[in-house]
Amino acid sequence: MSTAPVVVADDSAVERALDDTRPASWWHLPATTTVLGLLALVFFGLRGIPGVESVYVLARESDLNPLGIIPESVTLPSKGGAVAFSLLALALSAALWVLQARVARPRARLRVTLVVVFALAWILAFMTWVISQRTLDVTTLLQGTIVLAVPLAFGALSGVLSERAGVINIAIEGQLLFGAFGAALIGSLTGSVWIGLLAAPLMALIMGALLALFAVGYHVQQIIVGVVLNVLAIGVTSFFFGTVMRENPSQFNAAMRLPTLRLPVLADLPVIGRVLFDQNILVYLMWIIVAGLTVALFRTRWGLRVRAVGEHPKAADTVGIAVNLTRWKNVLLGSAVAGLGGATLTIGTGVAFGEEMSAGKGYIALAAMILGRYHPVGALLAALTFAFADSLQLRLGTMTASEGGVSIPGDFLLMLPYIVALFAVAGVVGRVRVPAADGQPYIKQ
Amino acid sequence: MKLELRGITKTFGSFVANDAIDLVVQPGEIHSLLGENGAGKSTLMNVLYGLYRPDGGQIVIDDDPVSFADPGDAMAAGIGMVHQHFMLVPVFTVAENLVLGHEPTRRGLLDIGAARTLVREISARFGFELDPDALVEDLPVGAQQRVEIIKALSHRAEVLVLDEPTAVLTPHETDELMAIMRQLRDEGTSIVFITHKLREVKAVSDRITVIRRGKVVGEADPSADQAELASLMVGRQVSLAQDKAEAEPGEVALEVTDLRVTDAAGTRVLDGVSFDVRHGEVLGIAGVQGNGQTELSEALLGLEENVHGSARLEGRELVGLSTKQVLDAGVGFVPEDRTHDALIADFSVAENLVLDQHDRPPFGSALAMRLRAIRDNAARLIPEFDIRTGSSAAAVSTLSGGNQQKVVMARALNRELALLIASQPTRGVDVGSIEFLHRRILDERDKGTPVVIVSTELDEVTQLADRIAVMYRGTILGIVPGDEDRDVLGLMMAGYTAEAAREAVASGARTTDSQLADEGDIA
Repeated sequence: MSTAPVVVADDSAVERALDDTRPASWWHLPATTTVLGLLALVFFGLRGIPGVESVYVLARESDLNPLGIIPESVTLPSKGGAVAFSLLALALSAALWVLQARVARPRARLRVTLVVVFALAWILAFMTWVISQRTLDVTTLLQGTIVLAVPLAFGALSGVLSERAGVINIAIEGQLLFGAFGAALIGSLTGSVWIGLLAAPLMALIMGALLALFAVGYHVQQIIVGVVLNVLAIGVTSFFFGTVMRENPSQFNAAMRLPTLRLPVLADLPVIGRVLFDQNILVYLMWIIVAGLTVALFRTRWGLRVRAVGEHPKAADTVGIAVNLTRWKNVLLGSAVAGLGGATLTIGTGVAFGEEMSAGKGYIALAAMILGRYHPVGALLAALTFAFADSLQLRLGTMTASEGGVSIPGDFLLMLPYIVALFAVAGVVGRVRVPAADGQPYIKQ
Repeated sequence: MKLELRGITKTFGSFVANDAIDLVVQPGEIHSLLGENGAGKSTLMNVLYGLYRPDGGQIVIDDDPVSFADPGDAMAAGIGMVHQHFMLVPVFTVAENLVLGHEPTRRGLLDIGAARTLVREISARFGFELDPDALVEDLPVGAQQRVEIIKALSHRAEVLVLDEPTAVLTPHETDELMAIMRQLRDEGTSIVFITHKLREVKAVSDRITVIRRGKVVGEADPSADQAELASLMVGRQVSLAQDKAEAEPGEVALEVTDLRVTDAAGTRVLDGVSFDVRHGEVLGIAGVQGNGQTELSEALLGLEENVHGSARLEGRELVGLSTKQVLDAGVGFVPEDRTHDALIADFSVAENLVLDQHDRPPFGSALAMRLRAIRDNAARLIPEFDIRTGSSAAAVSTLSGGNQQKVVMARALNRELALLIASQPTRGVDVGSIEFLHRRILDERDKGTPVVIVSTELDEVTQLADRIAVMYRGTILGIVPGDEDRDVLGLMMAGYTAEAAREAVASGARTTDSQLADEGDIA
């Protein structure tokens, strides 16, 4: 009855014909950059203050700087510099027009590179204009960027950990707040900043356990659980802040600071020395965790299973992986990591705990996670981008308050990180691949 | 390994999916489990595989009772399963999917090299050519199924359960699968083959157990008569072939020219499709699932973005119109996925019957719905389409799959149509309802309406269509007459053009399927 099959099975991957027409929205990106470039040219360049200079300080005398390879400072004519950078940005826009107008699909990497370089040129045009008649210390700006990036990066990593396993983590904000609270409270009680550092992730675990209990255990809608937990975190910490902490700050809420660990020689390198090698332990931990998590997620048994649980929990179940246990573990681990980020806000920067001091950083961290495409390295880069906007805002805030030069309203500057986040996330929406089972509870019959 | 199921019972709420089922699978046999959609075959196998917890009964392996808390236990006991919906992670590679759950490691890291070797070794045994580093989502469906098979075998399965494995295959791929099944049996693996297709059961089984409404209703021998098996499965006499009057095609009504659809990633999912449909004829669109059929029907309905080309209905361009405008142009639509795209589960039967017309006369206006007209409409359609429901106010989710499909069909046919597009018009529907729904589609054709039927079931296409267009990877390979040889259609579904397929068949490329038909064994 049987005959040999006549069709030889073709098991090779299907290669579909790529579209050879431009997508209808091909002009959106170059049009946006062109408009931005023109705005920069007009407002930062042509309408700039003539005859004044902008000074960027790069190196200090004490730096290890053989033969002065890195100049101590770079001085640009404010107007001319801004015009030059704007024209560079416009040139990059032109390149984007050419790239996008080609019928064949532009390579994503080339496009991203062009956009990043465009962003740099645009920011330089902006800064050159805004520091007219003044001096900007680039090292301080970058050092501030790293410090501000730490809570965002830890928060985003918390998101990566739980969302890769399929649990939406809106509660990052609450986890950061609990971490900050725990570090300040326990640190003050014990008088040891190191015990405070240990207490932060443990305190944030409470938030993680609640999230896991409701989202994984009771299948409650995960976004709602997260939002409610954030409100709960504000309520609980504000209550203790208003009662215990305010009554006796020296015992319960002292301002403590983790010591700065300065790596000899490396820290003396110009520009990057103090940025990378003159920080507290949390900054070094951030690099280690990002590297470790990248390897763990993509090169180990644990990572393969976690991603399987987030992509196709039933498939994971059919090969004997405990889906809900994996999710519990990852949510807990994530919340502990976010707790470390919270510690940055208090003992990392040497301030006492304050009401609602996470101030939306958890949501920005969420944006960093999405912009970073659920990848630890991407999340870190996104966190650094947002932190740069924040750091710049802080520098300019103090700068433009003084007399002379350009003045920007402080409220507008405060919006800067959020505008950057909005544009950055809008730019990648639709292109980010979310773990397929993200947000879906796994229920066994 | 001898596998025995004794008195397995599984209920979901008040619904008894499995009612005291007994089944014995002897070592080294292909044991078919035959039953209609919803008869409880898959539920039984999910119990066996530890995915569902049984409410009664026990599983016995080699005379020892066992119980499986999760699939890991079942796997450890030597049971492997190829699920109807593949249990593969689409974004993982073949090698990663194969080793998931028992990954080889070296110095704490995944040993992907070892996984690749494993893929190559097992593939070689069966003559598969699987690339260990290909992403599963990029593979054709047949290859994905082979990944599932080698995955089960890599766990040293002694009993392999195949749950409706042929639903996604072309006839020739089905033949290949059967050859693999025989090879496995000869090596000593027992196979449980779940299907509702009679001819496959007859072609490959050693023994047959028939299940109806959650109960075992009989055992049969593969030599049993097909009509006998069918009546055992359905519970009454059925006529498998629809007697169809000759079509009387009129003027061209729908003219599709070079229709193209691009997805978000820039891939052409529909690539230059052209055909026309005349008044009073049924054009069948055949092909394995995922070859552009969904995009074609959705593009015609205005549900796709990035559509190029033209589709003219009575001279009026449909491309660029909104879905509402397309519906207003007189297009009746039956979406392929009834639960997702056709019905709102919590709405009543009456409401679901007017979903596409709720805001226009006679059922409503821009502001309000006319509840009396909606009720009257339901009162008329429910008996006409024999929709089995307690009341027209019952939520549509309380109906069985077949009755839900009748609601969708009744809605689509409930007005003067300029065109009917029906995707998978009888998916998941019992045999009795299939006869009825097919009759209604042919009645619509005989009224002069142009009809497009999209179906992955070759049987359905050949029964309904006057002409058949076969789709493959986003294109139409050829349009052939409705009475074309099944083998030719099968080869076209695998990517042959009509001419090449006819040549291959003429030179002897036959499937088991058509040989059985020649022997007069199949109705």
